[in-house]
Amino acid sequence: MNDKTNRPIYLDYSATTPIDERVVAEMIKYMGPEATFGNPASRSHSYGWTAEAATEDARQHVADLVGADPREIVFTSGATESDNLAIKGSAHFNQKRGKHIITCKTEHKAVLDSCRQLEREGYEVTYLDPEKNGLVDLEKLKAAMRDDTTLVSIMHVNNEIGVIQDIEAIGNACRERKIIFHVDAAQSAGKVPIDLANLPVDLMSFSAHKIYGPKGMGALYVQRKPRIRLEAQMHGGGHERGMRSGTLATHQIVGMGEAFRIAKQEMAMENERLINLRNQLWDGLKDMEEVYINGDFEQRVAGNLNISFNYVEGESLLMALKDLAISSGSACTSASLEPSYVLRALGRNDELAHSSIRFSMGRYTTSTDIETTIAHVRSAVEKLRDLSPLWDMFKDGIDIDSIEWAAH
Amino acid sequence: MAYGEKVLDHYENPRNVGKFDQSESNIGTGMVGAPACGDVMRLQIKVNDDGVIEDAVFKTYGCGSAIASSSLLTEWVKGKTLDEAKAIKNTELAEELALPPVKIHCSVLAEDAINAAVEDYRKKNA
Ligand SMILES: Cc1ncc(COP(=O)(O)O)c(C=O)c1O
Repeated sequence: MNDKTNRPIYLDYSATTPIDERVVAEMIKYMGPEATFGNPASRSHSYGWTAEAATEDARQHVADLVGADPREIVFTSGATESDNLAIKGSAHFNQKRGKHIITCKTEHKAVLDSCRQLEREGYEVTYLDPEKNGLVDLEKLKAAMRDDTTLVSIMHVNNEIGVIQDIEAIGNACRERKIIFHVDAAQSAGKVPIDLANLPVDLMSFSAHKIYGPKGMGALYVQRKPRIRLEAQMHGGGHERGMRSGTLATHQIVGMGEAFRIAKQEMAMENERLINLRNQLWDGLKDMEEVYINGDFEQRVAGNLNISFNYVEGESLLMALKDLAISSGSACTSASLEPSYVLRALGRNDELAHSSIRFSMGRYTTSTDIETTIAHVRSAVEKLRDLSPLWDMFKDGIDIDSIEWAAH
Repeated sequence: MAYGEKVLDHYENPRNVGKFDQSESNIGTGMVGAPACGDVMRLQIKVNDDGVIEDAVFKTYGCGSAIASSSLLTEWVKGKTLDEAKAIKNTELAEELALPPVKIHCSVLAEDAINAAVEDYRKKNA
């Protein structure tokens, strides 16, 4: 427990982050009858003008963090919508050129399910297997490219295992074949430097709530030169250059802008702090028997550590660790009994996939939190291993894979 | 997921955790489930000369409900004859522990475990 709040220690920053107090302070200026509440699209009075000035400031802040032009930023309701718009919008727009798309099995569901929808519409999708460390092999990607491939969608940082893909190399390979490249950067913006002015990326999805902004807010970067065109998925008043209709959510947009502005200022310092916390956590656990890091250790975002505690089942481990707010597999899928599809795609066996825990640290995590976490995790794993018949067998030198288990 | 009080109690204070020597003739062992599915239960019974279960132990790899189902089962089978133990239904375990629908399979697994343990004992002593 966190002594101050009497709540579990929050180590689930990849699921969402709290809104930074500084962001809250900005957002409140746009709520209430005395506030700047106008519709940014109202041209005929100052309520509209001041609101528009606020959304355009925010657009500049979002663009600044990622080296884009503000005219390349389309506001959306979150990375889910951005992924949908990027993938379906460009696939639809370019369907005369071809109907083949390439992505990876470890992508977020917002990408995978957008691709599934396109398959239902008659498109063909190649789902690449990542390497064991979670990274996409460039040669395999190139080999999958066809003349009718119009889009490649590969995420920057993975939400479960935190690995960072080499989007520059992937983008260059796409450019060579004149294929549009979309990157889901929900987990990387504000955590990994991004310079879209120099990166070969055409479309990039962002989410505000992963970097201390409000939930239900995101953006899609749509490159201007050369111009990338999309078919709108939301029709209406023609906002956001016709790519995403709907009255701009001023307070949400201002919140995202402020969150991105702060991230640009503090990213370098924050990363240094988070790497130290991550090292502290791993140093406190790595001498235990049968613990494995999932995903590449070097090519990894600062705040993420994903570990499998072999012979212990993840859900019971979460139950034992009720004083910690962590997740087993992806937060979006822990409601089902399936082990993490991301870990399975890495080729992890089912036991290891079932025994994975994601620790994600952030702005408000302290070294004391990590110290407490280490103690809790060690005792919980020990307790559950004492209860585990698989641990007994491991200790007796029995190979668990040699047993014929009856699947049920 | 929120857990019921009884599941939490068995999970935090599991009864009869342990292991008997599988090779002894008065021991019946049932191991059911599969690591790939996220649960494995090992239930063992010690049977006396009158065919009554004198003692029972378990170890379970699985979620809290699976641990609770097997823990409760070890309490229930003690003092029962083999036939009485086999007659325990998963629905009774599920009801006692107030398992939600997504966790019913844990109680089914426990029923499978006691059946397998009784069968193992009978095969050894046939
Ligand atoms: C990689 C990735 N993409 C997309 C999303 C969805 O973002 P949002 O919640 O803003 O729709 C998330 C967050 O769950 C994510 O981690």
